[in-house]
Amino acid sequence: MKLFKIIGIWLLLSFSSLANIENKNDELVYKISKNIRCLICQGQSVYDSQSDFAQSMKLVIKKKLNEGFTEHQIYEYLKEKYGEWITYDPAFKKSTFFLWLLPIFSFIFGGWIIFRKIKFFKL
Amino acid sequence: MKKKKLIFLITFITFCFLVFLKGLNKDNIYIPNELSGKKIISFNSKKFFNNEEISSDTIFFEDKIYLLNIWASWCAPCRVEHGILMELSKNSSIKIIGINYKDNFNSAKKFLNLLGNPYSEILVDKNGTLSIELGAYGIPETFIINNKKILKKYVGPLDTDSLKEIQLLLK
Repeated sequence: MKLFKIIGIWLLLSFSSLANIENKNDELVYKISKNIRCLICQGQSVYDSQSDFAQSMKLVIKKKLNEGFTEHQIYEYLKEKYGEWITYDPAFKKSTFFLWLLPIFSFIFGGWIIFRKIKFFKL
Repeated sequence: MKKKKLIFLITFITFCFLVFLKGLNKDNIYIPNELSGKKIISFNSKKFFNNEEISSDTIFFEDKIYLLNIWASWCAPCRVEHGILMELSKNSSIKIIGINYKDNFNSAKKFLNLLGNPYSEILVDKNGTLSIELGAYGIPETFIINNKKILKKYVGPLDTDSLKEIQLLLK
């Protein structure tokens, strides 16, 4: 009887840990698919889209996670196949420097205008 | 001071106009060109007609040009390009491999019976993962492969221009 109890508890524990791993992977699939662009949809991530491409992409992400890929490795793997555009994180390079620096310049320029206005009112 | 402001405003509007003009004239269809020259992945799949397991290493081993075409019976542009594939299949120096994408077996078979079978081998991609791993994002899509390397990739249906290009490659 005791043996049955032990086996029962052991089975329960192993199933729950398996379910945990499955849940963790599902959460990661959601997270990664939110950061991956659906290339055939207009302005949607893979997570948001129900297109054939997006559905297959989610399956590939799940498959890669099961194969032991890390989140970062999956992004790199997809970038290698589809280019930088697939992620929502453009790298800082010649063609994107304007995109990265424009907000900083706008911020500095706006700050300078505000600073001048304050100075003007104080006087 | 007023004049300065006006010049600044006109410059700003002209700049915005030019940026939008350039942006709007740009093609908004994104075609990844990352795969040219890269090695094709090794994969296992099932044969279309007998469901037998097959490895890509046993398909692309010959020193000839392979055309890997992703198609489905429900895809209208695949119907359009099928004539080009039939034309190419007459040339013995190219081997045409098909990947049947998310399709129903009977419909796909009907499609081939109706329009002809240009493929020397057809593989099945039931859930679309194989196509994603190959780097495709829609169908039809065609890869030209030599020595397990991707020479070129055609997104969308093949047309007479692509037929000429491929025939030039074969010469």
